[in-house]
Amino acid sequence: MDAEEIQGKTIKEEKVSAPPSAFQVLLHEFARDKVAMVSLIVVTLIILTVFIGSLFLNTGSVTQVNILDQYDAPGTNGFLLGADEGGHDVLKMLIVGARNSITIAFLVTLVNEGVGIIYGTIAGYFGGKVDNIMMRVVDFVMILPALMIEIVLVTIVPHYNMFSLVWIIAMFSWVGTARLIRSNALSEGQREYVAAAKTSGTSNFKIIFGAVLPNISSLVIVDAALTFAASIGIETGLTFLGYGLPNSTPSLGTLIGYANDPEVITSKWWVWLPAALLLLVLSMGINYIGQALRHAADARQRS
Amino acid sequence: MWKTILRRVLLMIPQIIILSLMVFMLAKMMPGDPFTGLVTPQTDPSQLHRLRVEAGFYNPWYVQYRDWVVNMFHGNFGTSYQYHRSVASMIGERAVNTFWLALLTFVLTYLIAIPVGIIAGRYESSWKDNAIQVYTYITLAIPAFVFYLFGIWLFGYVLGWFPTSGSISVSATGMIGKVGSMLYHMILPALLAAILATTSIIQYLRSGIIDNKQEDYVRTARSKGVPERVVFSKHILRNSFLPIAAFIGNNFAVLIGGSVFTETIFSYPGLGQLFISSISSRDYSIITALVLIFGIFTLLGNLISDIILRVVDPRLRIQ
Repeated sequence: MDAEEIQGKTIKEEKVSAPPSAFQVLLHEFARDKVAMVSLIVVTLIILTVFIGSLFLNTGSVTQVNILDQYDAPGTNGFLLGADEGGHDVLKMLIVGARNSITIAFLVTLVNEGVGIIYGTIAGYFGGKVDNIMMRVVDFVMILPALMIEIVLVTIVPHYNMFSLVWIIAMFSWVGTARLIRSNALSEGQREYVAAAKTSGTSNFKIIFGAVLPNISSLVIVDAALTFAASIGIETGLTFLGYGLPNSTPSLGTLIGYANDPEVITSKWWVWLPAALLLLVLSMGINYIGQALRHAADARQRS
Repeated sequence: MWKTILRRVLLMIPQIIILSLMVFMLAKMMPGDPFTGLVTPQTDPSQLHRLRVEAGFYNPWYVQYRDWVVNMFHGNFGTSYQYHRSVASMIGERAVNTFWLALLTFVLTYLIAIPVGIIAGRYESSWKDNAIQVYTYITLAIPAFVFYLFGIWLFGYVLGWFPTSGSISVSATGMIGKVGSMLYHMILPALLAAILATTSIIQYLRSGIIDNKQEDYVRTARSKGVPERVVFSKHILRNSFLPIAAFIGNNFAVLIGGSVFTETIFSYPGLGQLFISSISSRDYSIITALVLIFGIFTLLGNLISDIILRVVDPRLRIQ
């Protein structure tokens, strides 16, 4: 979401004194929450630092093993935050790792929302038998032991890379979005304006994309924020266990994963602690933004 | 009521069939077969071929699937090719540990969540409620493995209050000593997992209480002169417990499934750790069996949740 664009819109629409759009109300409610604003600033700063910082880094050289520098303490040999098991600079690994984790979470959110919205609106809008069958599929995917199947898939998918992981994670996460969108599209589809549009001969396609979806758009924003936070958790968790990103593409989970070694967790704190703290801040920040957006969306529905 | 329960159980049968087909497909996609572990430079390829024919590896997939299912009904999950032991007995040993850990987590979850949820709902918007809101926000947002890692680091390594690996100490003797040692090994992982599991229960209980407070029957009870304490415990609380009761089955299934992280981090010899170690040694017969077992557990958990919900809430039985 581009804040400037929305503000620009606000000014434009105020001139014609149209009723405030969903985004404006959402933003207005959101801006009143100080903690949410701080979270937004912190998360934006982290993302900007990580992406701009990684522009100056050569990913290949960051992941190059240099055994002589293994577990160098912070401040020695020019390593500001020390070095890890492979002699990689922890600071550089943090930047590249965070970038990879954020990128994957973003891609997962994109796939997740895309599939979830299309699936959910079709089921909810048409209702009846279509809905019944489609929702049985969702119910089934929901009860699958996702984590275990994800790990199995990671180990058996041929030509495994970053994008395979995106699909594997999204494969299990879209159902939550589909269920949420479906229940809202269902109630939206029963509104009078939909019936009016139908009787006047508007196509279903037009009603769905022109009326139903815009009306549940604030819901989608909330869900996307929460999915983003959850996806970071899932990806880093899988990588932490050793079954997420391959070693050539470090993630925050790679660094935290070193803590599985009792030696590292106790006396080589600089390897895993910064990554764990960064993940904590990111996850809490994005989650709080999501929660605040949800409160804002609820407030809009109440009024 | 029995009719609805029966219908719900019957609904589970196609789910189990699809699940087993899926797991079977996953197993077929895995490289290697149970004889890969036997291969040495001296192995005669024709003998290997004979073994595979005997095991039915060249049969059509539906025959293989049928044999696989029949074998499982006889408790035969195959042989681990790393340990050369029956998968069923290996899983049996580990399942006990996972079960106790999940049970302790489960008990702790409800011991914490119910009073905390009641306080939050009863004293809505007070400082207590606000503090609890912060608590639920943190436990919801923190990635589980990071939370466990901080827990084991602080209480296990830095402070040294709890053991950091295993399920029982070797030196434990006698009934009391053994149980004590087991509890001592379980308490930290169980408590940490319980804290994360309380979030949704607290939130449901809190919002349930807040909603029910404004119901007509509560106002009626108050205007009849029923003491506030009774109104709260008999009218508000009972109704607020309904969704919580429905969580029981789900929660237990989630705990068993979530054992992968707790058991890996705490090196606790349960099913989750067995799963990860089998994955890293590519011991596919164990992996297949575990995925299926975890899948069936989640199915059962959902079934139990649904049944409990119908038993405790008479309104749902009419449908």
